[in-house]
Amino acid sequence: MCGIAGVIHRGKTSDIGSEMTSMLQSLKHRGPDSTGFAVYGNPLENNNEFVMRFKVAEQEDLSRGSNIRAIIQERRAAVNVRMAEHNARVLTEVDATEYAYRYTFSFDGDDTALEKMTRYIEELDGAEILSMGRGLELIKDLGDATVVAEQYGLKGFQGTHALGHTRMATESDVDIRSAHPYWAYPYNDISVVHNGQITNYWIMRRQMEFKGHRFLSNCDSELLAVYTADKLNDGYTLEDSLRQSIEEIDGVFTYVVATKDCLGMAKDTMAAKPMVLFESDDLVVLASEEGAIRAMIPHEIDTYDPYDEEVRVWQA
Amino acid sequence: MAGVEDRSHDMGLHNEQLSGRKMQTFFSPDDSENCTYPWAEDVDFNKRTEIDMQDMEPTEANIKIRELMAEGYGSIVVKNPGSRHSIGVGILNKLNITYEGSLGYFGCGLIDGPNVRIKGRVGWSCAENMMAGTVVVEKNAGSTFGAAIRGGDLVCKGSVGSRTGIDQKGGTILVGGDTGALTGFMMQRGRMVFCGNAGKNLGDSMYDGTIFVGGEIQSLGVDAVPGELTDMDKAWLTRKLGLYDMLPEKGVDHFTKIVAGRQLWNYDNLEPHEKKIVL
Repeated sequence: MCGIAGVIHRGKTSDIGSEMTSMLQSLKHRGPDSTGFAVYGNPLENNNEFVMRFKVAEQEDLSRGSNIRAIIQERRAAVNVRMAEHNARVLTEVDATEYAYRYTFSFDGDDTALEKMTRYIEELDGAEILSMGRGLELIKDLGDATVVAEQYGLKGFQGTHALGHTRMATESDVDIRSAHPYWAYPYNDISVVHNGQITNYWIMRRQMEFKGHRFLSNCDSELLAVYTADKLNDGYTLEDSLRQSIEEIDGVFTYVVATKDCLGMAKDTMAAKPMVLFESDDLVVLASEEGAIRAMIPHEIDTYDPYDEEVRVWQA
Repeated sequence: MAGVEDRSHDMGLHNEQLSGRKMQTFFSPDDSENCTYPWAEDVDFNKRTEIDMQDMEPTEANIKIRELMAEGYGSIVVKNPGSRHSIGVGILNKLNITYEGSLGYFGCGLIDGPNVRIKGRVGWSCAENMMAGTVVVEKNAGSTFGAAIRGGDLVCKGSVGSRTGIDQKGGTILVGGDTGALTGFMMQRGRMVFCGNAGKNLGDSMYDGTIFVGGEIQSLGVDAVPGELTDMDKAWLTRKLGLYDMLPEKGVDHFTKIVAGRQLWNYDNLEPHEKKIVL
């Protein structure tokens, strides 16, 4: 079933970490397997600075083997070595969990060189870059929203917009790799959450792989992130990309996508997956169920369900 | 009673073999006991009370409503429903109930008799399988509004989502605004009225029933065709919309009437190449 949610503050920042946590917690019944957040903080000031979230193991790995913690440290050290080999200078390091980390680093190469470095890092056993960009930070793990938010210290996270997902696994494993949100190269700061099934996933995936895009999971939702990245890289606006996806992607789906300064949504031709929307001059909140919006705005408000093939985009 | 029975025989309603059915009950307005369930509570509409759902689960609230009906309360106000799911379901009793807020999924489903007013909006599948009574929603509603209803008046003063009245078997659905795609899909009986626009595939595969649309129709579904808007239709629309203060300023003459083309009725008797001709 899955639950998806998004929030964007227009012209100001807010505690989007707490807001998204309360929304996703109220959607827990739609998907108890994992919870994911994509939060957009204030963009780093220098164009050559990036924030990266990555993991070197799964949560369940901690209960496997007596020396797993030593292995995790070895993997992390290997990541640092590979970054140094590509002249990436680590500015800050934060241990989000025992196996997941937040780095900021400076990098003087172009996007191609940056992508080359990330692929090099992901060749390491257990390593996966969860997000990389100037504003995007992607956090996902097993457990409900309050557990994951507390684990990763999301309370008080200031930013302009965020999206989130509670996952009921249907087509792939219960692990971090299969959890939403997804991001994709080559366009930094893209994140996607999705509720539904994509029926031409393998055809579309092969097309994208043929164009050189990377897939880290077998989850059909990752396609939407890669697809959006591909379209934006080809010069599409976010709105055009969303409209085109309704034409090209088969299945029943509602998805929310964010870039460094925008939030958008699209609903397929059947409108079989829910979405409720609240919009005011300075705030837009959307979720699979109105109960999630109520978790953030308890008083009575006017909401509506977007229709089939409806596409909306909002600027922060 | 005898008159009703004679008339039902005249209409051919007794030709079928009712195996296993021991008793036939005939409706008569004079026999009020036939209009309610034997176990229905005898409530007094002038006896009023409130429930605050702020710290209650939907199941607790639904049980509380039943307890209050057993105590004879006929008018109940529910505060802070908080868009939670399955509130007010399965009420098979006469009752005036007002929700001061919004309901989530499946609100007021499977009801038979109560008069419900919802001051907020409702999520998906509001009043699903409703059998009798009235439900009035002041704001918008989600998809599958009034799915498979069999009777009563289901009213939304705002707009509704997709697949409104799917599998409707009776009753009336009135909507002040727009409706989404596949509205009236496989509709069998009853009436729907939309003062605004209708989405794609309106009335797809409808067996029977009538759909009235005041605005534009994006497209008709398979076997849904325009019908003639008669004076009787206009009188009915005027009366029904007026009943809920939803009558458009310009009246109802501009409404489009959609009915079943009935080309699919003998679908199973056709050879495959004949089906293609029908479709």
